[in-house]
Amino acid sequence: MRILNASGCLDAIAAPDVARQLDAFVTKTVTPLPREGSAPPRIAETAQGMLNAIGLANPGRERFVADHLPRLAELGVPLWVSVGGFCAEDYAETCTRLPDGVEAVELNLSCPNVDEAADSAAEIVAACRAATRLPLYAKLSAAHPDVAEVARAVAAAGADGLSLINTLRAIALDRRLRPALSRGSGGLSGPALKPVALHAVSVCHEATSLPIVGMGGIFSGRDALEFAACGARDVALGTVLFTDPGAATRIRSELAAACAEVGVVTPEDAASLVKSPETGPKVPA
Amino acid sequence: MQSSGSPSRHRVVGSERLGPYTLLRLERGGLEPGVPGQFFMLEAPGRLLPRPFSLCLAPPGELAFLVDPIGPGTEALCALRAGDTIAVLGPLGHGYRLDVARPLLVGGGIGIAPLPYLAQRLGGSPPAVLGFRTAEHAEAAALLPGAEVVIDPVLVTELIEPGFDVLACGPEPMLQAVAGLCPDAQLAWEAPMACGFGACYGCVVEIDGALKRLCLEGPVLDAARVRDRVEALA
Repeated sequence: MRILNASGCLDAIAAPDVARQLDAFVTKTVTPLPREGSAPPRIAETAQGMLNAIGLANPGRERFVADHLPRLAELGVPLWVSVGGFCAEDYAETCTRLPDGVEAVELNLSCPNVDEAADSAAEIVAACRAATRLPLYAKLSAAHPDVAEVARAVAAAGADGLSLINTLRAIALDRRLRPALSRGSGGLSGPALKPVALHAVSVCHEATSLPIVGMGGIFSGRDALEFAACGARDVALGTVLFTDPGAATRIRSELAAACAEVGVVTPEDAASLVKSPETGPKVPA
Repeated sequence: MQSSGSPSRHRVVGSERLGPYTLLRLERGGLEPGVPGQFFMLEAPGRLLPRPFSLCLAPPGELAFLVDPIGPGTEALCALRAGDTIAVLGPLGHGYRLDVARPLLVGGGIGIAPLPYLAQRLGGSPPAVLGFRTAEHAEAAALLPGAEVVIDPVLVTELIEPGFDVLACGPEPMLQAVAGLCPDAQLAWEAPMACGFGACYGCVVEIDGALKRLCLEGPVLDAARVRDRVEALA
């Protein structure tokens, strides 16, 4: 099991020693043009979670490829580039500009803080498949009524893997009952998200044979093992990095104990313990 | 980046009331006190996210933080008792430049928090002017013996005389007024932060005319870097 960061939850240039704890670093989403992002306030704490509305702040693909990517490459950590856009062509064009040294592309098909692309997830994946030979991971939202159906569609369109899940669109109110974030709504992350994410991983694992990077409220080795049990091959850390920059190292060391506790040797073995996610128990008794 | 490991745990040595505020004293452990104006992320018991605080005092073997109970996280910190432990990360960000010829410390309300340690590092008791909402809030002025104190409706900016190197911390309207009066002032700003080391992108404020992360650029900024913002708000 590899441990990555969730896109947008770490600046590897500002905190290189945090990034070096990861098996791969996933960049903040890159869009065709630079974006300053949302006005503050951008974050709010909620019960067992937090909201963010960063708004895909990023330097745009030209500056990203020319300036940021070479600096990220110096870290010595495999790089995944998160790609965003507003139509299939946006995504595909960015894919064509990425060098071969990039380990994988994560297609952000589900940012809750921008208006969604008009094209379907499968159309975007198909356009990118035609544009690059780099491995393509489709990052999906659990807000879709049937995320397994979307997973099947992106698999058929040529995706090599799935990243599950993105934050869920939500609002929080301040003391005077006004939205706590300037954008109004934001993306919910943190422990509150974990049960939703585990379900999405389970049903997409059932629906496709694609490798899955599971994420959503992973704070411990036991959490990571639960994602493996539901079918995730790898995991990504988001909100936990804000509270514990040493989380990747800590969770990696906790995984061994969590495996021993349920009687498996590796996290991969845990997947065999789970039967049908919709009918059977999700974790061993 | 000052820390890439997990936050370290620190025992509460004591907790003292100063008007509505609480001075929370922690065992220093292996942490450096850093430069005045830098900040630490303190675990807020029972809450998901830590909270940022500048260092108030650095007694031998201790780190002390001034906490204003304004929400569930700060209330939980004020409820801590000697012997409790919390996770601490820091020091983080950029503090005040100390190479000033004629320092004048200017603080408003809970914004006096970094000034006692700043005074210590400037070598004793530089002149200080402090403003508070009420006489009860002004009890915190005991942290800076010798400071001139005013209470609303008198404004602390009325006490600033020309010719000083102003180092200020306080509410945004106060900082705007200080920036208008003293273009060379160093101002400690505040913003909600989830992480404190540039990961969450949550703490942006307008700096040099663009939205930038306060945790990496500040929290202490030269007034010139926020001038566009101050003028836009005026």
